[in-house]
Amino acid sequence: MSIVHEYPDLHRPDAFTQQGLGWVPWVSPLERDALTEEHVAALVEPARAANPYFRLLARDPAALEARTRTDLDIFHNVDAGAGRAERELAAAVTSRRNGCVFCASVHAAAATRESGREDDVQRLLDDGVDADLGDERWNAVAAASSALADTPLGFGASDVEGLRAAGFDDAGIVDVVNGAAFFNWANRLMLSLGEPEVPARRRATS
Amino acid sequence: MTQPTADVIDLLAGIAPGSHLDTIRARRPEARANAQRSFAALLEPATPGAFPLVDRYVVAAFVAGLHGFDRATAFYADLLADEADAAVLEALHRSVAQAAAAGPAGSYREPGLAAESTVAAVWTPEASDADVFGARLTAALVHAQLLVLRPREASPDAVRALVDAGWDADGIVTLSQLVAFLSFQLRSAWALSVLQDAPVPVEGVLR
Repeated sequence: MSIVHEYPDLHRPDAFTQQGLGWVPWVSPLERDALTEEHVAALVEPARAANPYFRLLARDPAALEARTRTDLDIFHNVDAGAGRAERELAAAVTSRRNGCVFCASVHAAAATRESGREDDVQRLLDDGVDADLGDERWNAVAAASSALADTPLGFGASDVEGLRAAGFDDAGIVDVVNGAAFFNWANRLMLSLGEPEVPARRRATS
Repeated sequence: MTQPTADVIDLLAGIAPGSHLDTIRARRPEARANAQRSFAALLEPATPGAFPLVDRYVVAAFVAGLHGFDRATAFYADLLADEADAAVLEALHRSVAQAAAAGPAGSYREPGLAAESTVAAVWTPEASDADVFGARLTAALVHAQLLVLRPREASPDAVRALVDAGWDADGIVTLSQLVAFLSFQLRSAWALSVLQDAPVPVEGVLR
C-alpha cells in the first residue's frame, strides 16, 4: 500500500479565512490503537491522539514532544513579555506571508478571540501583511514578523526600532520574534505533510 | 570545535551567560530547553535509524547556507566536517550557491490567491554532485530547497519523490521536522542577535 495519499474530491478553501478548517495528511499517520506510551507522552496533551497531524508527527516522538513544548511556552507563558493577542498576530502574519492557509485560519481566529479585532485581522487575511492593522503596535508586529519570514534572513535593526517605538520592551520583542520564528517551523510542516479542507458543516453555506 | 552540549541558539546569537538577553530567555525556560531538545532529537539522536547523522548535517548546512546566516553555516559545516569527505563538502558548497534564491515564493494551490502567485525556480543538483550525494540525500536536499524557499508549492508529488528515492514515512516526518525546525532555530538566533546589537535608547541607560 502506498504511504502517499491524495484527495481528488477534497473540498479545498479558496483563500485565507478565519473560519475553522480541517487538515488531511498526505503521509499515513500512526493508527490510534498503534500508539505506544512513548507516542502518547510525545503528544503532551492526550486528546491530540484524535488529530491526524499529531499522529503523523508522532512517527518521530522526540521531535514532536520538543516541538510541542517549545510552542506552548512561546505562546502561552504569560509571565511578562508580549500579550497573547500580539503573539497570535505574529503567528497569523507569518502564516499569511508563507502561504499557510490552515495555520493562518487557526491563529487569525485566535488573534480575533484574544483582541476582539476581527476586522483588523480580516484585513491582514484579505489584503496581506502590508495592510494597515489599525494601530502602531499591530503594524510593528506585522512588519517584524513579515521581515523575519524572508529568506535569506532579512530581519534587521529597523524592525527592532519599529517594535520599540510601538512600546514593546525587550521581553516583548523576544516573544514576538519567537512567535513569528516558530510559525516558520509550523507552516512548513502543515504545508508539506498535508493540506486544508473546508469541513462538512460549512459547505452548505459556502 | 563546537560544543554539542551548549545551547545552540545562544551560541548562534552570541548570548553570554548573565547578559540582558540571557535573563530574558530564562523567563521562557521550557521554550529554551525544548528548542535545544529539538536540536538534539533531530541532529544528534542516539538512534539515527535510516537517516544517518552525516546526512542530517549535510541538510542542516545546506539549509543554513540558503538562509545566508554565516555563523550558522559555519557551525553546521563544522559538525559536518568531522563526518564527511572533501567531495561532499565541495558538492554542498556548489549546491548552496546554485539553490539560493529569495523566499517565500511560488504558486498557491488556492484559486483565490492566484494573483499573489510568483514564479520560483525549481532546483536540482548538478548530475555529478547528485552522484556524490546519492539518491536519498539528493532527494532530501531537493525537498529542503522546496520547504525553505517555496513552502506553498509543497505537494503529494514532492512527497512521492522522497518515497521513490527510498524514504519511508518515519524518515519523511523526521526530514520535514529537521528542515522546519531549522527554519525556526536560525530565525530565533538571528533575531536575538539583531536585538542584542541594537542600541537601546532608554533614558540614557545603555545596557
